[in-house]
Amino acid sequence: MNFWSFMVQNRDEVAQLTLEHLWIVGISTMFSVGIGVPLGILITRRPKLHNPVIITANIIQTIPSLALFGFLLPTPWIGDRAGRLAVLALTLYALLPLIRNTYAGIKGVDRAVVEAARGMGLTDWQLLCKVELPLAASVILAGMRVAVVISVGLATIAAAIGAGGLGELIFRGLAMVNNSVILAGAVPAALMALLADFGLGWLGRRFAPPQAA
Amino acid sequence: MNGAAVEFRGVSYQVPNGREILHDFNLVVPRGEILVLLGRSGSGKTTALKLVNRLYELSSGDLLVESRAAREWDIIKLRRSIGYAIQEVGLFPHYTVSRNIGVVPAIEQWAPERTEARVQELLKLVGLNSDIGPRYPHQLSGGQRQRVGVARALAADPPILLMDEPFGALDPLTRADLQREFLSLQEQLGKTVLFVTHDLHEALLLGTRIALLEEGRLVSTSSPQEFLHSSDPLVQKYVQAFSAAEQVRGGK
Ligand SMILES: Nc1ncnc2c1ncn2[C@@H]1O[C@H](COP(=O)(O)OP(=O)(O)O)[C@@H](O)[C@H]1O
Ligand SMILES: [Mg+2]
Repeated sequence: MNFWSFMVQNRDEVAQLTLEHLWIVGISTMFSVGIGVPLGILITRRPKLHNPVIITANIIQTIPSLALFGFLLPTPWIGDRAGRLAVLALTLYALLPLIRNTYAGIKGVDRAVVEAARGMGLTDWQLLCKVELPLAASVILAGMRVAVVISVGLATIAAAIGAGGLGELIFRGLAMVNNSVILAGAVPAALMALLADFGLGWLGRRFAPPQAA
Repeated sequence: MNGAAVEFRGVSYQVPNGREILHDFNLVVPRGEILVLLGRSGSGKTTALKLVNRLYELSSGDLLVESRAAREWDIIKLRRSIGYAIQEVGLFPHYTVSRNIGVVPAIEQWAPERTEARVQELLKLVGLNSDIGPRYPHQLSGGQRQRVGVARALAADPPILLMDEPFGALDPLTRADLQREFLSLQEQLGKTVLFVTHDLHEALLLGTRIALLEEGRLVSTSSPQEFLHSSDPLVQKYVQAFSAAEQVRGGK
């Protein structure tokens, strides 16, 4: 059976697994943005925390993904469900590009702009929301782009612990030595990564400060 | 009330690692004066200015703003009553000219119509055409940018202005224009201005009084006339270096 006829015959399952995949990537991206961006901001404010935070995020990224799933398995509540485990692992993996880019984006804001803003009497919060974050937005989005593309790929491996998603087709195809089944998982995953890459790239350009546009 | 807008009383400033870069600084700046802080680069002019709006916090001594210790002011309120213009201007690149000028009115929550009217008034005041309002900073010339910077500093009508080499990066012709316009502006507004420069020509032109700094110390304060005829050796050194440059410029 070739790839196309497999896709057509199993379209409901492929669609279902694609949605699961999207769900895992979407939720973990939300968490990693929700944690990574504030951490990135924090280390611009507390220079002493910069190295510990970056090094920790770096170490997490060097753990092979299957090993990370294994490490997290004993975590209470999280370990109960494969889906939760996958979301936690992907969240952790995506932290580094988000923290690093948030930090770099804010540090990259022209010092004269920050100085003028503070001199005019903007509060710390106003400085962050009106000046630093808008000017760092395109760099932060670039970090998110990297994070999402990594997550789409890693989420296929989450199928190994039973979290579902397109990885299921890939592992099934590997077991059956059937390329069509492997491709039925791999092609939608690749498309998803490309779309995310393109979409976030476009957003990043839209949010670039005027002189860079 | 002693009428002083800003007063340094034995102020010193130490950087966190311990080096003292401003020593026992004493200076009274009466209301309505353009006090020029003159000195070579690294002499501590910027530091002295940043102590006033508390971008730096002094290490010892007292600094009074409107007869009240700067440290007793709410820091945000203090900064909003002091206009700040710097050489690099520091306009927000993602804001239009109008929005840049209206930053302080906006955070002070003025009604939009009032802000807009004020922006138009300021554009005129600093010699800019109102059709420049919708543009972005990167679409302006250096002189236009600095005019916008001055307009922004004046937006909420602060009684005190701090200006750190605001015209230092401009070509000589544009600089001369802005200096002239700044003087006539000051005639209308009567602000208290602390103006930093390393250029004696600019100091003589703009200052009602000149304070000379050297290595973090105040060497002398004098009127421009007194400055030129001072017997202080450091002042003389400065004047001589300047007149030598003037002679070259005059082709003699
Ligand atoms: N944050 C800092 N840490 C250490 N030294 C500094 C710092 N800021 C300024 N200085 C030093 O303080 C001196 C005065 O600097 P500044 O006030 O900027 O001089 P000016 O504005 O007259 O050129 C210089 O020697 C400068 O190198
Ligand atoms: Mg300076």
